[in-house]
Amino acid sequence: MSDKGLDLTLHVWRQPNRKAPGKFVDYKVTNVSQHASFLEMLDILNESLVAKGEEPVAFDHDCREGICGMCSLMINGRPHGGNKATTTCQLHMRFFSSGDEIWIEPWRANAFPVIKDLCVDRSAFDKIIQAGGFITANAGSAADANDILVPKEEADAAMDAAACIGCGACVAACPNSSAMLFTAAKLSHLHHLPQGQGERGRRTLAMVSAMDAAGFGNCSNHYECEAACPKDISREVIAEMNRDYAKASFAHKEHAGKADGA
Amino acid sequence: MLKLDPRTPTGPIGEQWTKAKFDFKLVNPANKRKYKVIVVGSGLAGASAASTLAELGYNVSCFCFQDSPRRAHSIAAQGGINAAKNYQNDGDSVYRLFYDTVKGGDFRSREPNVHRLAEVSVNIIDQCAQLGVPFAREYGGTLANRSFGGAQVSRTFYARGQTGQQLLLGAYSGLSRQIGAGKVKMFPRTELLDIVVADGRARGIVVRDLVTGAISSHSAHAVLLCTGGYGNVFYLSTNAKGCNVTATYRAYKKGAGFANPCYTQIHPTCIPVSGDYQSKLTLMSESLRNDGRVWVPKSKADIAKHPDQIGDGDRDYYLERKYPAFGNLSPRDIASRAAKEQCDDGRGVGPGGRGVYLDFRDAIKRDGKPRIEEKYGNLFEMYERITGEDPYRVPMRIYPAVHYTMGGLWVDYHLQTTVAGLFCLGEANFSDHGANRLGASALMQGLADGYFIIPYTLGNYLAGVKADSLVDTTNAAFTDAEAGVKARLDKLMNIRGKRSVDSFHKALGQIMWEDCGMARSKESLERALTAIPKLREEFWRDVSVLGERDSFNQSLEKAGRVADLLEFAEMLVNDALVREESCGGHFRVEHQVEGEAKRDDDNFCNATVWEYKGDGVAPERNLEPLVFDNVHLATRSYK
Repeated sequence: MSDKGLDLTLHVWRQPNRKAPGKFVDYKVTNVSQHASFLEMLDILNESLVAKGEEPVAFDHDCREGICGMCSLMINGRPHGGNKATTTCQLHMRFFSSGDEIWIEPWRANAFPVIKDLCVDRSAFDKIIQAGGFITANAGSAADANDILVPKEEADAAMDAAACIGCGACVAACPNSSAMLFTAAKLSHLHHLPQGQGERGRRTLAMVSAMDAAGFGNCSNHYECEAACPKDISREVIAEMNRDYAKASFAHKEHAGKADGA
Repeated sequence: MLKLDPRTPTGPIGEQWTKAKFDFKLVNPANKRKYKVIVVGSGLAGASAASTLAELGYNVSCFCFQDSPRRAHSIAAQGGINAAKNYQNDGDSVYRLFYDTVKGGDFRSREPNVHRLAEVSVNIIDQCAQLGVPFAREYGGTLANRSFGGAQVSRTFYARGQTGQQLLLGAYSGLSRQIGAGKVKMFPRTELLDIVVADGRARGIVVRDLVTGAISSHSAHAVLLCTGGYGNVFYLSTNAKGCNVTATYRAYKKGAGFANPCYTQIHPTCIPVSGDYQSKLTLMSESLRNDGRVWVPKSKADIAKHPDQIGDGDRDYYLERKYPAFGNLSPRDIASRAAKEQCDDGRGVGPGGRGVYLDFRDAIKRDGKPRIEEKYGNLFEMYERITGEDPYRVPMRIYPAVHYTMGGLWVDYHLQTTVAGLFCLGEANFSDHGANRLGASALMQGLADGYFIIPYTLGNYLAGVKADSLVDTTNAAFTDAEAGVKARLDKLMNIRGKRSVDSFHKALGQIMWEDCGMARSKESLERALTAIPKLREEFWRDVSVLGERDSFNQSLEKAGRVADLLEFAEMLVNDALVREESCGGHFRVEHQVEGEAKRDDDNFCNATVWEYKGDGVAPERNLEPLVFDNVHLATRSYK
């Protein structure tokens, strides 16, 4: 791989706040190292903007190693840039070529309003978890950890779903802005474990209600979410959730439609 | 002079915590709801403390600067969490974990605190398993373990390479349950900018809403700082970009003593720096050293060769050579210095000669690729994504990087700082890891503090505080603090200089890494003490913060944090200068025997606690003597 720097044209979404209209603004960045990450490329852009007295582009990021879920960005129409199982912060410039034009936008979904430029408000995800994405167990109440045996296959399946970083790429990718993959991943994680069984029905109903209440759309089986997920969460979790939802709707009729299942 | 009473219990070490718990005063269940508690930070310490205190019935408010409590930097911990379960039947015990931690910390921690940590470690695993943390399991369903540095038993519990994430999501789920139930009021995207102290007690905090820029005050009977470490004083570190020292430094300025800031941990296995645009460094978990072998070419002539072309006889597996008993699992400080030593000797590999190989060739040959993939697959993928190289075929290149900070606010056995009602948990405090933290012990400490220690010690404090003693936020103590916060923000906004905040942060990091990093000397530290004030002066003259004060403004957020780091750095360097010995992560080149750290127990068997005396005035140095009744002071050997 050559170490030649890249010259790029960026079309970046700028929007001062939630209420003001936004627009694409064009910028040039030059001689960007191929070893730089995408966010480091934006750092370089921002340094050049500050030097010119222009306000830097706001974007969310924190750990920059693909685990906190804070970074986002639609890059050329693909969440996190479209590389398989890669977050924006782990996307490196070696996947681009000199002369490329790159379109950079925030996640777009009614449930994720824009805060500024490329930053959006994802607190709707927290509300879904608050409705039931937990196992009720106060500190100090647990028995010895080896008293609950979890066969390796089940523990692995739980871990596969638990790998979700809550970034919202699934919602951004979905033509319906559905949060089914996110919600179902949390349910699948807890429902593959014996500890999660006690609240299974009410948890499913409560989290689905919260998801609907937050303004996310429904699933119509496009599976864009799975393709966009930086943690490779399988769409099969959605099928598990639908089965649980159907079962729980019969078993817990009195809870159906209530967001307070917790 | 600070009053440094560690309030450690008396009696045999194994009975102290039990005795303390019985002696603590209690708050009757019906009265708990009358008390307000502020928790700052939502990582393992903060989330576990906030949820547990809410479960007990206290009124809790929790604050974090991230957009969700689930994103706190605990999430990035990879390898595991220690606990003295002895599920492997390999000789582990509470006492052995205690012993390993005291020794690993190079005899600079407080024995009773460490023993308590080892005791509650077993409860943490129980609690986390109950909350649904998907720990790795054996086929029969029991919990699996692996080994970590500084231990000869297998006591580390893990969830693939994402243990921190899974533990944090567990703590976050418990916190979310309490938020949903209305027991915790959560303030995401909100940053602490000051702590309010009146009549000698912590009364609340002043915060900035990062979305609107609004400044507001919050009053409480007690304030818990769970705000993590200060590794970002080095700019390049494995910390998240947002990690900062502001909360603990503000507390220091309000009277809380700051202990041992010079104890900084350099992690031996990180991906090397690739260019000047570099914004952070990525850790490759210590767990990799279970199977990976660390080496450099024996001869300088071989450094540019492809590793495949260097035969076994021409490779120097220097950790195995120097430390045969612990080999590749030597503790972090020792492994880091050994890597630096090889590179300083001109045998480092990769760009700039700042790298050593971490090689899985033999492990893949022994166990097969699928087994290695199962254990470390996500780490290998991460490495390939960043470097473009496939570690199944080419050895990883690694180099030490700043990772963790053992120093922090001084706390007593109750986790209370030198300010009454102000508590400090997790990485933000100083007590348990001494001068060097062992791998997989940070997660343990954060959760121990939050789930199993603060619920007892805070109750003891609140039992002596009247419920109606809450100070109203219209009181001058709050309005003055708010005015101070606003004035400082205005000052930053009005400089309108030319240099970006990041450029100052990078310059500070350069000074710290070069002159106060893996090896420190009187000369280098004095050089740093000249450079830092100059840089700080330039910052306040020439920093450029664009945008508006009362809106979402990431430059302003960073500017406030870097301003605090620029002051804090000086305290750190000073601490390194006065500690005329080498211990753990603090290596003074003047104090060594054959390349190994040389402690001076006659003069430095203590914690240094810095006391703020005013801006521009040298802080006062206080000492807490450390007593080793159980683990006898000895030269640490891993040979």
